[in-house]
Amino acid sequence: MEAQAVATQADSALPTQNRITALFGRKHEGLLNVYFTAGFPNLDDTLTVLEGLEQAGADLVEIGMPYSDPVADGETIQQSNLQALNNGMTLRLLFEQLANCRSRVSVPILLMGYINPVLQFGVEEFCRQCQAVGVDGVILPDLPLDLYLDEYAPIFRQYGILNIFLITPQTSTERIRLIDEQSAGFIYMVSSASITGSVSGVSDEMLAYFDRINAMNLTNPRLIGFGIKDNETFRMASQYANGAIIGSAFIRLLQEKGTDQTQIKAFVEAVKGK
Amino acid sequence: MTVLEPQASFEVTDKGFYGRFGGAFIPEMLYPNVEELRRNYRAIMEDPTFQAEFRALLADYVGRPTPLFLAERLSNEVGATVYLKREDLCHTGAHKVNNTIGQILVAKRLNKKRIVAETGAGQHGVATATVCALMGLECVVYMGSIDMERQKPNVDRMRMLGATVVPATSGSQTLKDATNEAMRHWINNPVDTHYIIGSVVGPHPYPDMVARFQSVISEETRSQLLEKTGSENPNYVVACVGGGSNAAGAFFHYLHEPSVRLVAAEAAGLGVSSGHSAATTALGKPGVLHGSRTILMQTEDGQVTEPYSISAGLDYPGIGPLHAHLFDSGRGDFYAITDDEAIAAGFQLSKLEGIIPAIETAHALAALPKMGLQTSDVVVVCLSGRGDKDLATYAKYL
Ligand SMILES: Cc1ncc(COP(=O)(O)O)c(C=O)c1O
Repeated sequence: MEAQAVATQADSALPTQNRITALFGRKHEGLLNVYFTAGFPNLDDTLTVLEGLEQAGADLVEIGMPYSDPVADGETIQQSNLQALNNGMTLRLLFEQLANCRSRVSVPILLMGYINPVLQFGVEEFCRQCQAVGVDGVILPDLPLDLYLDEYAPIFRQYGILNIFLITPQTSTERIRLIDEQSAGFIYMVSSASITGSVSGVSDEMLAYFDRINAMNLTNPRLIGFGIKDNETFRMASQYANGAIIGSAFIRLLQEKGTDQTQIKAFVEAVKGK
Repeated sequence: MTVLEPQASFEVTDKGFYGRFGGAFIPEMLYPNVEELRRNYRAIMEDPTFQAEFRALLADYVGRPTPLFLAERLSNEVGATVYLKREDLCHTGAHKVNNTIGQILVAKRLNKKRIVAETGAGQHGVATATVCALMGLECVVYMGSIDMERQKPNVDRMRMLGATVVPATSGSQTLKDATNEAMRHWINNPVDTHYIIGSVVGPHPYPDMVARFQSVISEETRSQLLEKTGSENPNYVVACVGGGSNAAGAFFHYLHEPSVRLVAAEAAGLGVSSGHSAATTALGKPGVLHGSRTILMQTEDGQVTEPYSISAGLDYPGIGPLHAHLFDSGRGDFYAITDDEAIAAGFQLSKLEGIIPAIETAHALAALPKMGLQTSDVVVVCLSGRGDKDLATYAKYL
């Protein structure tokens, strides 16, 4: 397979300061990654929310790059994307908003979004900007592993940007091994076959899947996402992986309560169970 | 004449590319389903028992072969010899059923129990609901809420056939949004559901699979034309392009015949520069939509533009990757047809030949006067569907 022709992300000499790698080097349990959409609820809220999350104790943050057609997302995140676009959010503007973020926050930052806006921006320019503003990794669900390896892996490596891959309950063992080989940072475990925000709670089927993955002894840490919404689901997921990712539930908080820092703190602490 | 690339360049590659277009840009959640299909579709389609079943249904259920009709009065009007490939005479009233028959047989061989589909004009939805009724499979069809209004008869038909029609309320509430919702439905139901995509769009292997099912159109055209004119090859084959399935089928067996010009009619809506258009090649740039790299209408920031056309079946911001490649390589000629031109062509065909075409199809007919035809030219127009579903729209112009 062409997969072997390319050095893996893990092999390459990543700059030691990649904050995701560093984080997983020192902390292995109960990590919380919080997703929010850039430019939401208001255009200039991106940094406010980012800082709020760091202060509240989020271990990683995932900033959504809004897209017109987010097919892997449920209604809550779709709506936030639409609202952000209506606010005038663009990728260019996001990089401007993040330009000085590293003087204010040190939390690892991921950008999450869809491939088309990145292609229009230019993949290399995108990676360069990520590096310049201090983004550590990206999640692009519709850039599958083989196309990434065929066309883009060397560019991501050159700029030290980690590309995070997803696995689902339907991903074959063989493919999980391949993804593990090609991953650095962590693996995003989608908890069930679904779009974001559509499942709630943790079923027996999910637990069996979590157990199965645990038994594989993968080299990369794992975070579980989709369906995580409160302390109960977070604790459950954390028993089976290094932590969890929360998205739609946080977007609903921002939608209902705005970006008030005490609300964000209360939310994160409630999820973590402090 | 355009210098053509080597023959093989219009064949899909193993990874699903036509030139620089195609591929399978899908989230991991869809990977197992799409991979299962990719591994199996050619073997299934080439299996003699599959072919026998497919061909029998096309003959006895769809009513194929469809006639190739010499439209004499229209020929006089446009000053060339015009044949109409009568896909409007297919059961359910359009070419769409060629593909749904094929895909439902594939779905059955993959042991799928349920079917999801998107629809624009409702023709693909009806064709899907039809084959689901025939095979006894559950059927869910997503349709933009605007399209549900403007193609109401088809909504009723789908429901009568037992399908659940779910309105897509996001975005411009048309075909693109219905496709998004169908994809989400498939992500949420990954094990026993097959997604019957209605055009040559989506991730590999869909564009190739759908083109092959629709290729029966040009397969028949060749032998019918040979019988009628002594040559298999016309000078032009003309078809409308929404996603491009009727065009792909009408072009398929002519892709490697350099003497046959392939003409695609896109919907210009209120005009290419009006801001209310669906003329993808005129307005689009390369990008990724619904799982393939193609030409699509988008902002500088890579957000997909909401298209507009009077025709629900052409109201789509992309085109299939094969067509993007035909455009890019110069193999195809692309014309942008406005709402008004299409409506006029629909009325013209009705009055000259006694055939009321779908508004989608009327776009193909409206390309004829723009092509600089010579009297010696032989033209085949793919008459992709009938206009019954569009009467409410046509009636506004009576
Ligand atoms: C009659 C008819 N023609 C053409 C189309 C456009 O689809 P395609 O470009 O895939 O042939 C449709 C779509 O609904 C249709 O109903």
